[in-house]
Amino acid sequence: MNDIQLPPIDYAALLPMLIVFGLACVGILAEAFVPRKHRFAVQATLTLAALIAGLVTVIINRDLEVTTIGGAVTIDGAGLFLQGIILVLGIVAFGLIAERRLERGGAFVANAAHAADSDGDKKQLNEAGATEIFPLTLFAIAGMMLFCVSGDLLTMFVALEVFSLPLYLMCGLARRRRLLSQESALKYFLLGAFASAFFLYGVALIYGYAGSVQLVAIKQSVLDSDKSGVLLAAGLALLAIGLLFKAAAVPFHVWTPDVYQGAPTPITALMAACVKAAAFGGLLRVFNVAFETTSWDWRPVITAVAMATMIVGSILAVTQTDIKRLLAYSSIANAGYLLVGVVSLGGAVGSSMFYLVAYGFSVLAAFGMVTLVRDADGEATHLSRWAGLGKGSPLFSAMFTIIMLGFAGIPLTSGFSSKFALFSSAWDANQSALVIVGVLSSVVLAFPYLKVVVLLWLNPPGDETPTVSVPGYLTRAVVGVGVLATIVLGVAPSWLLDMVNSAGTFLAK
Amino acid sequence: MSSTSFPFLPVLVALPLVGAIATAFIPKTKPQLAKVVALAISVVVLGITVAAVIAFDTNGDRLQLAESYKWIPQWGLRFSFAVDGIALVMVALSALLVPIVILASWKDADDDGSGGRRNVPTFFALMLALEATMIGVFAASDVLLFYIFFEVMLVPMYFLIGSYGGPRRQYAAVKFFLYSLVGGMLMLAAVIGLWVTAKNGLGHATFDWQEIVNLAKNGGIPGDLQKWLFLGFFAAFAIKAPFFPFHTWLPDAGGAAPAGAAALLVGVLDKVGTYGILRYCLPIFPEASKYFATLAIVLSLVGVLYGALLAVGQTDLKRLVAYTSISHFGFIGIGIFAFSSQAVTGSVLYMVNHGLATGLLFIVVGFLVRRRGSQSISDFGGAGKLMPLMAGVFLIAGLASLALPGTSPFVSEFLVLIGTFSVNKTVAILAALGMVLAAAYILWMFQRTMQGTLNPALKDVAPMKKDLSVREKVVVAPLIVLIIALGVYPKPVLDMIEPAVKATIQDVGKSDPVPTAADGAQK
Repeated sequence: MNDIQLPPIDYAALLPMLIVFGLACVGILAEAFVPRKHRFAVQATLTLAALIAGLVTVIINRDLEVTTIGGAVTIDGAGLFLQGIILVLGIVAFGLIAERRLERGGAFVANAAHAADSDGDKKQLNEAGATEIFPLTLFAIAGMMLFCVSGDLLTMFVALEVFSLPLYLMCGLARRRRLLSQESALKYFLLGAFASAFFLYGVALIYGYAGSVQLVAIKQSVLDSDKSGVLLAAGLALLAIGLLFKAAAVPFHVWTPDVYQGAPTPITALMAACVKAAAFGGLLRVFNVAFETTSWDWRPVITAVAMATMIVGSILAVTQTDIKRLLAYSSIANAGYLLVGVVSLGGAVGSSMFYLVAYGFSVLAAFGMVTLVRDADGEATHLSRWAGLGKGSPLFSAMFTIIMLGFAGIPLTSGFSSKFALFSSAWDANQSALVIVGVLSSVVLAFPYLKVVVLLWLNPPGDETPTVSVPGYLTRAVVGVGVLATIVLGVAPSWLLDMVNSAGTFLAK
Repeated sequence: MSSTSFPFLPVLVALPLVGAIATAFIPKTKPQLAKVVALAISVVVLGITVAAVIAFDTNGDRLQLAESYKWIPQWGLRFSFAVDGIALVMVALSALLVPIVILASWKDADDDGSGGRRNVPTFFALMLALEATMIGVFAASDVLLFYIFFEVMLVPMYFLIGSYGGPRRQYAAVKFFLYSLVGGMLMLAAVIGLWVTAKNGLGHATFDWQEIVNLAKNGGIPGDLQKWLFLGFFAAFAIKAPFFPFHTWLPDAGGAAPAGAAALLVGVLDKVGTYGILRYCLPIFPEASKYFATLAIVLSLVGVLYGALLAVGQTDLKRLVAYTSISHFGFIGIGIFAFSSQAVTGSVLYMVNHGLATGLLFIVVGFLVRRRGSQSISDFGGAGKLMPLMAGVFLIAGLASLALPGTSPFVSEFLVLIGTFSVNKTVAILAALGMVLAAAYILWMFQRTMQGTLNPALKDVAPMKKDLSVREKVVVAPLIVLIIALGVYPKPVLDMIEPAVKATIQDVGKSDPVPTAADGAQK
């Protein structure tokens, strides 16, 4: 017990994260040293380059299976695939974040802290937005990548904070409806801090039981130990609360609609696609690696949470009158479907990852299109304003209809193939009750989607029907990619099914 | 399985689909072109269907014209098409009705009745898309492929009702979609359960109908599970058909849909329910089918009588026709679950004949409603004096619908009743009451619209004075000819469906009760 030994570090395995973290730091320096008028171009290029380089290195590493930095990071097939998902969806979301043609100066203001309606706040409304958003995005994405490959609970906690803190800030940066945006940031931050505290407390209790925070060590001590399981159960419960909060599962979902509504829409899209992937990546890893052998203890609880999430999410979605809140509740219900994959353990890891990809693309396209329906006050998100859009903007409405049908699970869209994949592996794992609740709640959930389709096509346009902005090329690309993926993954999902199957599962040794 | 040189079934699905896409891209300013293209494609589809019917060997294998292509190997999902006699006559019915309905709806999409403009090419594109899914759902021989067509079919119909229907179209379209989706999702759960069972039983992932039926025959699907899976499938089909008490969407949808779409909805789409029971529930879940037969027969019987009673009370023409269909679907259901070859043959024949008769009835009602601008029966009265030919066609359609001897529905209804009588006398006698009520609702409807003193308001409605146009005559002629022809000589259709019916009854494991007094009535 004298010198602290530096554990061996496999830099190649860490390279994707090192690139994204590194370039995020470079981005901060650029913020300080690059002249203001070049800053946007430099930052946007840097961010895109970081994400693409990260993705390339993930692909190069695809067959790697290694545990490194003394067990803090476990690179394995499933983890790499999740990192890949996060990067790909991040690249797509980047298109929305970097869009500056829809609104002068972009969707973000420079300073989140000005009190709403104060002089400073009014002044910044007409100024160019913050370019700090880019390094913040990179930090968030890098945090999510680390979250998915954490080998121990402490690393996981650090990663959780690394990706959460930038998000709290970014939620408050909306250019329009400042008060709502600041409220959402504060709400997300306070509740998120609570959840983090629960998580950390859970880690402490589990350490008390297992004497280690490493996932594989926890698994081993569960097998070997003859200690009372109270500490373990309590620790697991607290840990699960922290994770389920990020995943927006009922009853830890209440922040979701407010934050999704108040946050700038590009950030909402990032949260719905990437954070969901990261949160479920973490959940899947924790439950599959550390607690698989105690599934008798937690399965009933998580099953109940999954059912509640599906039911509550879909029923509350029915009553929504704001498209962003509707999509928020829909994302809660989708978290319920993904929890079905968590409960089903090993056999469902592949289909859960498939679901994350399919849902991520669709939801990015959906929020991308939400940014396009605008009037003088910014985005017109109230559903009544969407009535009759089909008459003036048939292409937009057709694409939104495809996304809605996809969310409703109509065959030939990714919504169907992903639900089929997930539910069939759940049935295979003897979770047929969850499957039945799942399909029934998806009927309920189809109603709000249909309501939107009815509004778009079957209602006459009102006097106040807003225009659909002709999107800049970035948003156009995002929406196009999202809609295309929704169709391709519905019609020809074989290649991705192969990919998730060959990605393998989590390394548990 | 016999292999054919020409891939009939995939072409029959693909051609209308391609046609739909092509029609959808015709600019709004050229409505006439869209109509002609749609009609031409549907006629070509009909031609290919006729060729397929000729290529079908009635004494051959159960499944013929089989074609199979790779799709999603991980799930064992394939583009597999193959038809038995039952499926083939349903494909033929779809292919026949679509060009007729397109011609009948020639002007229906031009305006919305109050001067508003509508998108004509989209209307006809939706019709063709609907045709592709209808043919696909009957031609599929892969359980998941069937399910996919079953669900996708909702989308074109939803827009046909929602965008081109009557005053309550939004409500009706959403109700139609949600009801069907409830059934569809329950079926999805059952499909997943079946798939997992088949995978464990056969050792590989497959949705192939034949493989799954063989597995079921060898007892590969345990009894309790069978019951649950049966209920999943049956819920979807009972809502689709619709059986009492899942029928409430049909009058709304049928009442609000444009007449052509309503003809297809009731004529073909709803048959997917009864077809599905025959093709999927019975062979795959034989034990559960027998277990739930009583329940199904009771529901059907209630449907026969309740639908008929409600039809008598209707004041709206389209809703009335929709309710008559609920009554007729009850007959079909009784016939299927009687498990005697006569009754099942009668049911299948009824599916065809009901498509023809109710299709014709909906089309004629569509003509009337379009002229009058109202669906309410009380807005008519004595209209036969203004349009004698129309009144005649309306009467033929009505009489066919009440199964008058000499029209084709009579043969089928009679077969169902005889076949049921040999199994369960009470049910047959009670169901026969439905025939009496049928006379009441049809004749009373005819009387109130066409006979009696002329409703004075009709004199001011110029279109009411125009009798059938040439186009309209061309529309109704083939249906009338078929109704009479099949009423007198149903043998060609019977020959086609009988082997498939026999095979289905064998799958259930029911021995056919020897027909006694009724013997010889079959042909």
